[in-house]
Amino acid sequence: MSDATMIALPLLVPLVGLLLIVASGRVAALRDAVTVVTAATMFTAVLQLLPRVSAGERPRLELFEFFPGLGITFEVEPLGMVFALLASGLWIITAIYAIGYMRGAKEKHHTRFHAFFAVALFSATGIAFAGNMLTLFVFYEVLTLSTYPLVAHKGSEVAKRGARTYLGLLLGTSVGFLLMAILLTWWLAGTLDFTPGGIMAGTVDPAYGSILLVLFLYGIGKAALMPFHRWLPAAMVAPTPVSALLHAVAVVKAGVFTVLKVTVYLFGLDYLTELWTSDVMLYIAVFTLLTASLVALRQDNLKARLAYSTVSQLSYIVVGAMLVNSIAALGGSMHIVMHAFGKITLFFCAGAIYVATKKTEISDMDGLGRRMPFTYAAFFIGALCVIGIPPLGGVWSKWHLMSGAFDAGYGLVVIALMISTLLNIGYLIPPVVRGFLLPSKDGEETGMREAPLLCVLPLSLTALGCLILFVAAKPLAELLSGMLVVPVP
Amino acid sequence: MLEHLPALQVAIALTAAPLVMMFGRATRLAWAVATLACWASLAVALMLFVQVADGSVISYEMGGWAPPWGIEYSIDAANAWVLVIIGLISAIVMPFARQSVEQEISESRTALFYSAFLLANAGLIGITVTADAFNIFVFFEISALASYALIAMGRDRRAILSSFQYLIMGTVGTTFLLIGIGFLYIMTGTLNLGDLAARLPEVSDTRTIRAAFGFIAVGISLKLALFPLHLWLPNAYTYAPSMVTVFLSATATKVAIYVLLRFVYTVFGFEFSFVELAMAWLLMPLAVLGIFIPSLVAVFQTNVKRLLAYSSVAQVGYMILGISFASALGLTASILHLFNHAITKAALFMAVGCLVYRLGGVSLTQLAGAGQRMPWTMAAFVVAGLSLIGIPLTAGFVTKWHLLQAALEGGLWPIAVFLLGTSLLAALYIWKVVEVAYFQEPENPDTAVSEAPLGMLIPTLVLTASTVVFGVFGNFTVASAQTAAAVLMGAAP
Amino acid sequence: MEWLGHYNYWVVVVLMMIGFYIVIAQGNLIKKLVGLNIFQTSVFVFFISLAYLEDGTAPIALEGVSEYSNPLPHVLILTAIVVGVALTAMGLALVVRVQETYGTIEEDEIHQQDDLH
Repeated sequence: MSDATMIALPLLVPLVGLLLIVASGRVAALRDAVTVVTAATMFTAVLQLLPRVSAGERPRLELFEFFPGLGITFEVEPLGMVFALLASGLWIITAIYAIGYMRGAKEKHHTRFHAFFAVALFSATGIAFAGNMLTLFVFYEVLTLSTYPLVAHKGSEVAKRGARTYLGLLLGTSVGFLLMAILLTWWLAGTLDFTPGGIMAGTVDPAYGSILLVLFLYGIGKAALMPFHRWLPAAMVAPTPVSALLHAVAVVKAGVFTVLKVTVYLFGLDYLTELWTSDVMLYIAVFTLLTASLVALRQDNLKARLAYSTVSQLSYIVVGAMLVNSIAALGGSMHIVMHAFGKITLFFCAGAIYVATKKTEISDMDGLGRRMPFTYAAFFIGALCVIGIPPLGGVWSKWHLMSGAFDAGYGLVVIALMISTLLNIGYLIPPVVRGFLLPSKDGEETGMREAPLLCVLPLSLTALGCLILFVAAKPLAELLSGMLVVPVP
Repeated sequence: MLEHLPALQVAIALTAAPLVMMFGRATRLAWAVATLACWASLAVALMLFVQVADGSVISYEMGGWAPPWGIEYSIDAANAWVLVIIGLISAIVMPFARQSVEQEISESRTALFYSAFLLANAGLIGITVTADAFNIFVFFEISALASYALIAMGRDRRAILSSFQYLIMGTVGTTFLLIGIGFLYIMTGTLNLGDLAARLPEVSDTRTIRAAFGFIAVGISLKLALFPLHLWLPNAYTYAPSMVTVFLSATATKVAIYVLLRFVYTVFGFEFSFVELAMAWLLMPLAVLGIFIPSLVAVFQTNVKRLLAYSSVAQVGYMILGISFASALGLTASILHLFNHAITKAALFMAVGCLVYRLGGVSLTQLAGAGQRMPWTMAAFVVAGLSLIGIPLTAGFVTKWHLLQAALEGGLWPIAVFLLGTSLLAALYIWKVVEVAYFQEPENPDTAVSEAPLGMLIPTLVLTASTVVFGVFGNFTVASAQTAAAVLMGAAP
Repeated sequence: MEWLGHYNYWVVVVLMMIGFYIVIAQGNLIKKLVGLNIFQTSVFVFFISLAYLEDGTAPIALEGVSEYSNPLPHVLILTAIVVGVALTAMGLALVVRVQETYGTIEEDEIHQQDDLH
C-alpha cells in the first residue's frame, strides 16, 4: 500500500462507519454491530502503519493546500502512532462497553451517540497523524465540536450547563490563545511543519518564544492546566463511555499529545531550555498536579473524583514536557498510554456500578465490592496502575519522569511527584477498601449482582492491559524514543 | 457580443424587471423569468470575471460616447469580484424564493415583488460596473427604492415602519454622496472616476476636496451600515421577507463597501486618504467599536433574524478593519471577506428562511426542538454558523487568518487579540441558537413539523456546502482577492 | 462684503440645515418627508449654482455669445429631481400604509402600539 492509502484509511474508516451507523440507525442490533466492526477495522488500519513507523519511516500524505505554503498534511511519527493505536484500540473495547451501558442505563438517542463517537475518533486520528500545526488545530477543533453533543447528551439543564462550560473553555482557549500562538509562529518562523528538533531555533527570538510557550500551553485547553481545567469535571455529565474513552483517553490525551508535539517538534528541547517561561510552566503544572489531587480527595462523586485525578495525571505529562530532557519527555509520552489504560478501567468500573445500582456517590458504595467482585478487582488494578505500583504499567512512566526530574536537578519536582503518589493512594484506594470491607448501608444482600456482561468484559480486558503494559513497556519506550532522534543534516 | 458584456450585465436585470411585472397573476411564469434573468446575470458576471482575472481592465463606452463626456463602464478584478458575489447570491436565492415568496407575499403582488427584486439587483450591478460618479448615485437610488418596496412587503406590520426608517436614512446617505460628488465636480469638472483620479492630485490640498471626501465617506458609511450609522439595518433585515433579507444581507452592504474602496483607493488615492487625512485613525476605532458592540448586542437578541442582523453590522466592522490597516494584506482580507461573509450570511439567512417557512417565526422559543424536526436545515445553520465564527475549514476562517496576518504585519497585537476575542462572541450567539434547537424540547410536541420543502432546502444546502468548499480550497479566493487588492492599490482603472 | 456675493451658497446651507433638522426632530412622518425634500432641494440648488457663470447665458450656440452656463449640472439635477420625486412617492406610499395599519402617522403614537427597537 502507498503512503497515501495507508494514512487515509484510518481516517476514512470512522467516516464510512459514521454513515453506516446513521443509515442503520433504525435497527439497534445492526447499528451496534456496525459500531464495533468500524472500531475493529479502524484499529487494523492503524496497525498497518506500525511496522513502518517502528522501522524509522515517516509515511506522509499531503492532502491539499490551504493557503500558499500551508496545507492539510499528515505525517506519522512514533508519538502519533502510539496515540492513534491507543485511541482506536480502546475504541473497540469502549464500543462494546457503550452498547452494554447505553442499554443498561436506558439512555436515549443511541444513533446520535454512536455517530458522534465515530466523528470524535476520526478527529483524534487526525490529531495523531497531523503533519503540521494547522492540520492539528483543525482536527483539534473538530474534536471539540464533535464531543459537545456527547456531553450534552442527556439534554437536562445540568447537562446543558456542563456542555456550555465544556465548549466555552475549550473553544475559548483554542481560539483565544492557541490560534494566536499558531499565527505568531507562522509569522515568525515561516512554517508550521512538525520537524524533529523544532523549527524555532534560529528564527524566533527567545523573548517571543517565551510568550509563545505560555500561549501554546494555555491554548491547549484539553491539557487541562489550571486554571483552565474546569471543563473536565463539567464534562462528567456525559454518559460514562464518553467519560471513559474521551475524557480519560482521546480528548485529554489529544491535549497532552499536542503539548508534547509542540514542545518536541515545534520548539525543540534544546530551544526550550533557553526560555525562562518553561520553568514557570513547569511549576504551574506541578501546582496543578498537587492541587487537583487535593481536590480529588474531597470529591464524593466517583466520576468527579476520577475527573480531578485525570486533571492531576495530565499535568504529569506536561511536567514531562517542561522538564526539557529526553528521559522526562519519554516518561511523559509513556504516561499517555499507562494512564489511559488505568483511567479507562476506573471509568468503566464507575459506569458498571451505575448501571448495576444507579449509585454515583462513593459514600453510598459501601460493601458493593462483595456484590461486584470483578468490577472492584478491576478498579483496584486500574487504581494501582494510575498510582504507579508494580507490577502494573504505570510504574514505568512515573519512574522515567522522576529520574528525568532528578537528572535535570529539579529536586522540588521529585518531591512533588512523590507527594502526589501518596495523594493518589489517598483518593483511589478508599473506594476499593470501602467496597470490600465496610458493611453495606442498605442491608446485606447475598449473591453476586454484577453489571451486564457487555460492561464487565471490557473492564476486565483493560485491567488485563494494565498488567500487560508492565511487561510491554520496553518496546513501547523503544518506539517512542524514535521521536527524539534529530536527523543530522 | 462579447464586448457588450458590461452593458449586458446591467441590461438583463433592468429589462427583465418590467417584463416580469406584466405577468400579473401568472406568478410561476414571473418567477421563472426572474430566475432566468438572474442566472444569465451570473453567467455574464463569470465571463467578465474570467476576462479580468489577470489584472486587466475592460472599458466600455456607454452608447459609444467616449469618456469623460459619455458614461464609462469599467470592469477590473475588484468590481468583477463584487459582480460575481451579486450574481451568485441572486442566482441561488431565486430557486429558494419560489416557495418562500408564495407563503409570505400575496399572489396579486408576487409579480411586482419579483420585478422590484430585479430592479434592486440591477441597481446593485449598476453601482458596481459604472465608472461615473453621478451614475453611482442614480444606481444607488434605483436599488434603494426597490429595496424599500421589498422590505415593506414583509408580513409583520413593522416592516413598513422599518422600510420608512431605511428610506429616510438611506436618502440622507445618498444625498450626502451627491453633495460630495458636486464638490468633486466643481474642482475638477469631471465625473468620470478615472478622470477624477487623474485630476485630483493637483487640487487635493483644498478644503473643498477634503469636504468632498468627508461627505462621500459619511454618505457611503450610512449605506454600508458602519457603526454607529447602522440603525436602519437591524429592523430592515428583521422584518423584510425571508428572501429579501438573504439577498440584501449578502449584497447591499458589500456593494456599498466596494464603492467606499473605489473612492478611497482609486479616486482619492491611497496617499490622500491614508497619509494626508489619516483615515485609518478614524476607521480603526469605528471598526473596533462596530465589531464589539453589535456582537455584544447580538448575544442578547431573542429573535434569530435580528441576532443575525446585528452580526451583519459586526461583520461590516471586520471589513472596515481590514481597510483601516492601510496595507495590501488588510485590503485583501477585506475583499476576501466580502465574498466569504456573503455566502456565509446568505446561507444562514436561508436556513432561517426555511425555519420561518415551517415554524412561522424564529424567536428562540419557537426554535425549541428544531434540531430533531428539521435536521437538514439546522445542520446548514450550524455549518454556516461555524463559518461565521471562523472555525478552520470554513470560509470564515480563511478571512480571519488573513485579517490576523494583516494585524500582525501592522504590528497591531492588541487588534489581533481583540479579533480572536470577538470570534468568541460570535460563538456565543450562534451557540445560543444551536443549544435551543437541539437540546430543548419543543413547546408543543404534538404538532407535526416537517423538514423544509426541497425547493428551499437544496439552495440552502448548496450555499452551506460552498462555505466549506471555499474554506478548504481557500487558495482560489485568496488569489482573486489579491489581484483585486493589487488593482485597487495600483493605477487608476 | 464679498461673502454676500455667494449668497446662493448661504441659502443652500440654510435650506440644508432646515431640512435636516425637520427630518431629525419631527415625529410626523409626512413632515419628515417634507424635511427630506427640503434637504434634497438644497442640494439641487447647490448644483445649479455650480453651473452658474457670471454674465453667462443659456448654453445655446448664439452669435456673439462666448460665455455659457455649464449645462451638465442641469442635466444631472434633472435626473436627481426625478429620483427625488420617486423617493417622495415611495415615502408617501409607505405613509399611507402606516396610516392604514396603525391609524396614525405620529411616530410616538406608533411606538406605543409597536415596539420597534
